[in-house]
Amino acid sequence: MGLIYDRDTCTGCMLCPKACNFGAIEKDGDKVKFDLDKCVLCGSCEEVCPVDAIKIERKKVDANEIAQYKNVFVFCETHEGRLRSVALELVTKGRELADKLGEKLVAILIGNDIEEHAQTLIYHGADHVLVVEGKIFTDYTTDAYTIAMTSLIAPRKPAIVLYGATNNGRDLAPRIAARLALGLTADCTGLEIDEARQLVQTRPAFGGNIMAEIISPYTRPQMATVRPNVFKPGEPDTSRKGEIEKVNIEVSPIQVRTRVTEKVSEIVEGMKSVEEADIIVCSGRGIKDPANLELPKQLAKLLDAAIGGSRPIVDMGWLPPTQQVGQSGRTVCPKLYFALGISGAIQHQIGMSSSDIIVAINKDPEAPIFSIADFGIVGDLFTVLPEVIAEVKRVLDSR
Amino acid sequence: MVKIVVPVKQVPEVTEVRMNEETGTLIRDGVPSILNPFDELAVEAAIQLKEKHGGEVTIITMGPPQAKDALLKALAMGGDRAVHLTDRAFAGADTWATALTLAEYIRKEEFDIVICGKQAIDGDTAQVGPELAELLGVPQICYVQKLALSEDGKQVIAQRGTDEGHEVVKAKLPVLLTATKGLNEPRLPNIMGIMKAKQKPFVEVNIEKLGTDPSRLGLKGSPTQVRKVFAPEKKKGGIKIDADNPAAAAKQLVEFLTKKGAI
Repeated sequence: MGLIYDRDTCTGCMLCPKACNFGAIEKDGDKVKFDLDKCVLCGSCEEVCPVDAIKIERKKVDANEIAQYKNVFVFCETHEGRLRSVALELVTKGRELADKLGEKLVAILIGNDIEEHAQTLIYHGADHVLVVEGKIFTDYTTDAYTIAMTSLIAPRKPAIVLYGATNNGRDLAPRIAARLALGLTADCTGLEIDEARQLVQTRPAFGGNIMAEIISPYTRPQMATVRPNVFKPGEPDTSRKGEIEKVNIEVSPIQVRTRVTEKVSEIVEGMKSVEEADIIVCSGRGIKDPANLELPKQLAKLLDAAIGGSRPIVDMGWLPPTQQVGQSGRTVCPKLYFALGISGAIQHQIGMSSSDIIVAINKDPEAPIFSIADFGIVGDLFTVLPEVIAEVKRVLDSR
Repeated sequence: MVKIVVPVKQVPEVTEVRMNEETGTLIRDGVPSILNPFDELAVEAAIQLKEKHGGEVTIITMGPPQAKDALLKALAMGGDRAVHLTDRAFAGADTWATALTLAEYIRKEEFDIVICGKQAIDGDTAQVGPELAELLGVPQICYVQKLALSEDGKQVIAQRGTDEGHEVVKAKLPVLLTATKGLNEPRLPNIMGIMKAKQKPFVEVNIEKLGTDPSRLGLKGSPTQVRKVFAPEKKKGGIKIDADNPAAAAKQLVEFLTKKGAI
């Protein structure tokens, strides 16, 4: 591995010294020079150079070098100051992996005014929390977050880095992987450590028809994105102790090449996210009329569940696109999934078949949804569902 | 005038891919190959930009000889020229090696915008787009649902899907975008388009022409390795009852859920 600087190509624009968070680049006449003792090969200078005068060569790591990479890092995404639920799921899973390796679990928080979450992450299993704060990190941007992450990863050499497979997580992780020339496995549903201390990453492919086990034998860190709701968050242990470290990372506005000018939430008031809910009440064509959605909404309210819809009813505009479950919508894996008046075409099943418990109510006894339902009721939705609501209410009230 | 590059992938119709559970291999025989649906959105977006602002649309793929069909389809839709990166040395590439192969070619061309599909429906990783953007040294906007160029033609204004809804993002050219559902309705190629496609400029590029060290590409250059593939645990149907008596059925269901600790 090494940094190659082409002094002849360099125009002396002086962007790279500003981009370096490690003070490894300084002015040298009308060009620059590099202090390779300080350089961590994070790639920020290579990315900012307008004339490709800097090139970082990355080679595969051998067994001796692999041993230098230690600890499990977890990127804990926040959204408008709130910690995403997948962060706690990753910290819980990361704790398990770190214990198996006998190493530390390090949580990463990037944002503006988000330090308060550090303690929560420690209670859930982090030994160490790295907090990167700054105005430039208020809204997610690929460029600023990539610089922050590579500046943390490159010098600290973790063995594993995990990300939530949210829209931003899936935007960020491959950018980092490409900058550092690392393997990355998308949307993992299983993570294990094998006897050779490698991370074995299991993920679905071909629309969930096939599962694959993937390893990254020659690159470190090993990186993976993990679907929300796959791993369960553990209970917080308020007696746990950990270290909170604030890390200053400078990103100048010119390094951020995209600008967010507007943010629109399509979440309808009172409608929980289907990706983050433990229980989803999902309706299909069988609901017949948008007014009839009142019934599933009642059930959802009782169970503190999210409302979902199949593609046809979202396409008709009865529910917002954020609530669509299936191949062209969201992939969900809640603890309990109600499929109401949903026939269960393969495209729908791809998005929900990994739910823990599936309940189906459909008047067609041949509907494919029954082949994967743990509990199926063949009958008229509009007579069965009110009874289910009444029964759930009775049981909950009696507790 | 905008120069647009659209990387595409030929994929199997995934709903028809199954595993041979005895041999542990994929059954691909008889499974039709199609142009990845998200890439169709990318092709359509590129053609629409060209129709509005003028320019050129280059379709590029890395794949086996038969992937030519995917290129021809994109040309039939309205792409101007095609590049087929094809060589045994490219085979077995993971997302990183795929992005590198594409980048090695694309960086030799002039481009303003690269538009990829959000993800290919066989692997579903959504990684090649961002990895390619990084290797090309351009910014990225992923999950684009709406797209326009600024009046001076120097900036893209894109609506990007987020977990909560969407955001509007601006970036100066050159930029890489990934297209998602809602961006447009891809046109179907007509007969004229299909006939013209065969006459359009078409280049095949092998490893020598690409000029990249083969050890960095394909299976050899891939940092990730597939160790094993297996069929997922099939979820089997469980209890199925008729709702002759809806109240009794409801009671049975709620008892089941309570026992399972689900509610």
